[in-house]
Amino acid sequence: MTGFSFDLVADVEQLLSYHFMLNALRAGTIVAVLAGAIGYFMVLRRQSFAGHTLAVIGFPGAAGATWLGLSASLGYYGFCLAGALAIAALPAAGRLTAGLGGYGDESAAIGTVQALALACGFLFVSLYQGFLSGLTGLLFGSITGVSDGQVLALLVAGIGCLLALLALGRPLLFSSIDSDVARARGVPVRLVGTAFLLVLAVAAAGASQITGSLLVFALLVTPAATASRLTARPGLGLLLSVLIAVAVTWLGEGIAFYSPYPIGFWVTTLAFGSFLLATGYRYGVDRLGRRQPAARLAGQHGEMAG
Amino acid sequence: MSALLAADPVTGLASMLSQPFVRNALLGGTAIAALSGLVGYFVVLRGQVFAGDALSHVAYAGALAALAAGVDLRFGLFAATIGVGLLLGLLGGRGTADDVVIGTTFAWVLGLGVLFLALYTSSGSSSDGSANVNVLFGSIFGISAAAAGTAAWIAAGLIAVLLLIARPLLFASIDPTVAAARGVPVRLLGPLFLAILGSCVAEASQAVGALLVFGLLAAPAAAAQRLTAEPWRALGLAAVLAVLAMWAGLGLAYAAPALPPSFTIVGFAAAEFAGAALYRALSRPATA
Repeated sequence: MTGFSFDLVADVEQLLSYHFMLNALRAGTIVAVLAGAIGYFMVLRRQSFAGHTLAVIGFPGAAGATWLGLSASLGYYGFCLAGALAIAALPAAGRLTAGLGGYGDESAAIGTVQALALACGFLFVSLYQGFLSGLTGLLFGSITGVSDGQVLALLVAGIGCLLALLALGRPLLFSSIDSDVARARGVPVRLVGTAFLLVLAVAAAGASQITGSLLVFALLVTPAATASRLTARPGLGLLLSVLIAVAVTWLGEGIAFYSPYPIGFWVTTLAFGSFLLATGYRYGVDRLGRRQPAARLAGQHGEMAG
Repeated sequence: MSALLAADPVTGLASMLSQPFVRNALLGGTAIAALSGLVGYFVVLRGQVFAGDALSHVAYAGALAALAAGVDLRFGLFAATIGVGLLLGLLGGRGTADDVVIGTTFAWVLGLGVLFLALYTSSGSSSDGSANVNVLFGSIFGISAAAAGTAAWIAAGLIAVLLLIARPLLFASIDPTVAAARGVPVRLLGPLFLAILGSCVAEASQAVGALLVFGLLAAPAAAAQRLTAEPWRALGLAAVLAVLAMWAGLGLAYAAPALPPSFTIVGFAAAEFAGAALYRALSRPATA
């Protein structure tokens, strides 16, 4: 492997000549599309904390499966789906205790699940002697370990998730924006919420295998947050979120290939950089809009007419 | 090691307490657990669980930055968590579960942690593979007498400060608008509490590790809240439950060396929460 030569075409060609990089890019693309799309709804539904917990729950699953000699993928998917069902069952309890700190109470319950999941993961890792070197990979991911089989499994899971999201589409958007009105209109809000958590779990489990359990969250929340800074329109926001996630993953994997620092650092840093840029842009637009309210109104009018 | 499981439990307990590493763990652990229970109650009451989660990730990045720079790990822990806690408070972040800004920022901070980990392990001079695991998951049985003493003093100081501001903080947490109208310095209390939360996370990281801080912060507090609605009683109960989880966890981990203490402590805390939730669920139909 020669170093970075500043001849971009040759560099990309060299990068693609390695089979493991090709697999990493394939898997990264699937994961990024999934995380970008599902993360957008997660941010819209204000379920960031649940998403983070689901991502983390994959870690004991993978550690436990490795300890028992099963495939780590099985552990990721199994635990994430079970965790989604557990969290879906929680809000009912949260609503009952509403009132004094009712909302904080619900997230405290999710937080307890999260801490217990991580503790179990650590237990499995300690029980499986000599596995500690793999711990960093489980938590923070690696780009070298993706097999052909994993890419295929990811593709199947990814297509399933996107189809489910497409089927959920309108009722999900409706109940995310205004759950009370949606319920009054006959949308099965509770069922849609549970289905969404299950889709989120599959996406988190798939992404965990590439970025590691702790960094999935960066792909889930940051592109979506960036997109929602740039536009308020759901369709465009969803598209932007996916594009940003894919761009960040490709760039991150490319830079990680040529630099001594890990992929997790590059992907999170690029994502955070795009979020900062978008926040700056939003701030600038808002300031400009406040200074020229007439121009802004005219712009909106023109937008509606167009 | 499994002397605790001997026929005579009194002798077993005595032999366990005669071990200096157990005494250190008990001293540091008890102080840290009491602090976490008290702080955790306010975290849950104020709905700032997500901020606690974020700070625990900041603790990881801070500790590894200190390791990579070659300074005392605790310096990095406290500097990072108190700094970010103050920053969150001053920027007006409420730290609730839907705070996208917090989520985005701590995802990045975790990425920085990975960078420091790479720098630390590649520097090679003191390449100690277990340091990373200790920061993430704690090593309370490995804590030195000096470190346990320092942790206990810091915890005692923080508990004193927290109890001093407990009354106005409780008021400001339950109803900030009325509290502000009555002259409670709500804007000052918010950042101050987040700074205390930051130090508490740094303390607890030394016991159960940055990733498991949550077990001591959220679980006993959420359990206490399910058992009583009276704030002062719940505050005390949260501290008692946290200390009990610590003692039970240390005892079980000593008796069964295959189980890491961080797992048993967090396991007992989660069991307390599950028990309280079950009790609440069973007693509810009668009261409703």
